[in-house]
Amino acid sequence: MELTRRDVIAALAATGAAVGAGATLIEEPDGDPVGGHEVETLVAVAGVVYPSAVEGVESFVRQYSVNRVRDRPEYAAGVADAVAALDDYSREWNGDDFAALDPDSRESTLDGMSVDVADPVPDGTDRERARYYLVNELLYALFTTPTGGELAGIENPQGHPGGTTSYQRGPR
Amino acid sequence: MNREPSDSVDVCVVGAGPAGSLLADRLAREGYDVVVLEAGPRFDDVDRERRMERDIRPAHGPDSVWEMGGQRDAYSASGERHYPLNAARVKGVGGSTLHWQGMVMRLHEQDFRLENEMGVGADWPISYDDLRPYYAAAEDALGVAGASDNPFAPPREQPHPLPAFPPSHSDSLFAEACEELGIATHSVPNARLSESRGGRSACVGYGTCQPVCPSGAKYDATVHVERAESQGVRVVDRAPVQRLEHDDAGERVTAAVYATPDGTEHRQTANEFVLAAGGVEIPRLLLLSESPQYPDGLANASGAVGRYFTDHLFAGVGGTLDEPTRQNHVGFNTTESHQFYDRTDDSRGAIKLEFLNYAGPSPVKMALTGDDWGDAMLERIREDYGTHAAVGALVEQRPRAENRVRLDPERTDDHGNPVPDVVWSLDDYERRTIERANEIQRDILYELGADVEWTVGPETTGPAFHHMGTTRMGENPNESVVNAKLRTHDLGNLTIASSSVFPTGGAMNPTLTIAALALKAAGHVAARL
Repeated sequence: MELTRRDVIAALAATGAAVGAGATLIEEPDGDPVGGHEVETLVAVAGVVYPSAVEGVESFVRQYSVNRVRDRPEYAAGVADAVAALDDYSREWNGDDFAALDPDSRESTLDGMSVDVADPVPDGTDRERARYYLVNELLYALFTTPTGGELAGIENPQGHPGGTTSYQRGPR
Repeated sequence: MNREPSDSVDVCVVGAGPAGSLLADRLAREGYDVVVLEAGPRFDDVDRERRMERDIRPAHGPDSVWEMGGQRDAYSASGERHYPLNAARVKGVGGSTLHWQGMVMRLHEQDFRLENEMGVGADWPISYDDLRPYYAAAEDALGVAGASDNPFAPPREQPHPLPAFPPSHSDSLFAEACEELGIATHSVPNARLSESRGGRSACVGYGTCQPVCPSGAKYDATVHVERAESQGVRVVDRAPVQRLEHDDAGERVTAAVYATPDGTEHRQTANEFVLAAGGVEIPRLLLLSESPQYPDGLANASGAVGRYFTDHLFAGVGGTLDEPTRQNHVGFNTTESHQFYDRTDDSRGAIKLEFLNYAGPSPVKMALTGDDWGDAMLERIREDYGTHAAVGALVEQRPRAENRVRLDPERTDDHGNPVPDVVWSLDDYERRTIERANEIQRDILYELGADVEWTVGPETTGPAFHHMGTTRMGENPNESVVNAKLRTHDLGNLTIASSSVFPTGGAMNPTLTIAALALKAAGHVAARL
């Protein structure tokens, strides 16, 4: 299933970002504190945590991430800090930043850091912040979109204002 | 903002929830000067999606959505059953309607005369017919979406203001099973817009009604706060009332003493005072306002202030089917059955059956709470989502004097006042009623062919967060706190507009009755001014 611009706007709306159907999306990060490296890292994390059936991940994550942190400096700092913590761990065990690793190494790095079993805590340990600002951030974005919802079997997922007709319909 | 007291005020209202805001709006429209003092903050509408995110994402506790907790909201719960008070209320402009579910049913005629008919609880000093026009006005004010298809509902004079939300797919499955069992199902009156109205959006299906509706389609009391303010009402937030003062004769309230964030105290004088701060803070404020004339608390000559604390109990049975049930598209219910509501004897209380549209987990919450990701996560979500079904119920609690809100002298809030201690327990009347609800619920699920996986019964039940009974209404000043006009027996200018005046609570969600009583109280206050 292909993630589209409609999904980007839906995911942003679920975070309270000021976007509408006709909104202009920022395409490039301003670098302070979420810049190109942070976005590359989020795209790399999405490559691990998103189901393989999802297409258009890179474009979706880039647009979502850049616009998500707009006007939210505190949240942006949390994302940048979590990326730094993930890179620290990655350099210690792999000798390189997370985004520079091959896909298998990325998955083993997140596993090795125990991000999969960590609680999401915005002011927690390195793994807890990685879970909150990177993994759960991306999963929240995906599963509040129409495409992410359909993937899971629901056309109008929680967090998405998809109207009041789908709940009345039977299975297709 | 300026939090100084106002001059020449006709009415001072304590609490900016549904009762306070409806009453303030109604009085302002009649030309009276009204000030509303609200303990909590004024929340910004533009933050609602962020509050929704806090609800869905597991890092944030439920109390954080509307910023409850801390020393301001400290409480005790010393009864047999723990009472999770801060999960049960919101302090702020809009009050607990900010996080409520939005179900709005009228009480039944029998609810008003339960002692007379069944020997249970206490009779109301008013009848259904007395409240009937106020119910209609309240439904109009809240923009209720409903239909006249409920064969068990009390008589009504006109349709609901908006059409009911159509039934869900799972409702159609339940309807078939219920028909086989001889159980009639019908629509649910919802205080959420099925069509746009008055500049407010129709429901767009965010699916997070409880605890936050980002679209504003679900009614909350900020609707009437805004209308009241447009009529000249002054609403002062972050102004918790510390105590009420009265005249030398002990016959009239003279001032509400409130604190402001800078640490100063002010006295708001008025001709009439209305308490609209809910079933816990109202008795607490009266108890905090003790004086030589009222050593046991203001307006408490009867000793009933804080007594008879009553809630509804939740009963539920759930499981899975071998077919899709399509849950969690919306966060509200569209079918109920009131067939088991009216009592035939004193053996059990009322039962209101609810057919859930949000049984089982939602995919996004499943994604955020697993210890897997990628294809394994998706496989888990697809396996667990989509076939859940559940029948819930509200169950009546009998009012008992030992269930109460009292002051805890050992703990104080951020202003040094003793915190409320909610003393709450169940007895066999409630247990029997919950067991009967569970029997009906299991029968329905078995008829559906469900694998029953969980039951919320007498031992695992919890409160529905409806705080009732703590300043009960009655004709006898020795047994009740307010009269049929919602005025305290003891003080001639003190009115209470709240579920705290309910002598009995039935098993209907209370807010429509709160709204109706607030409109009734507004008329009585105006008549005295």
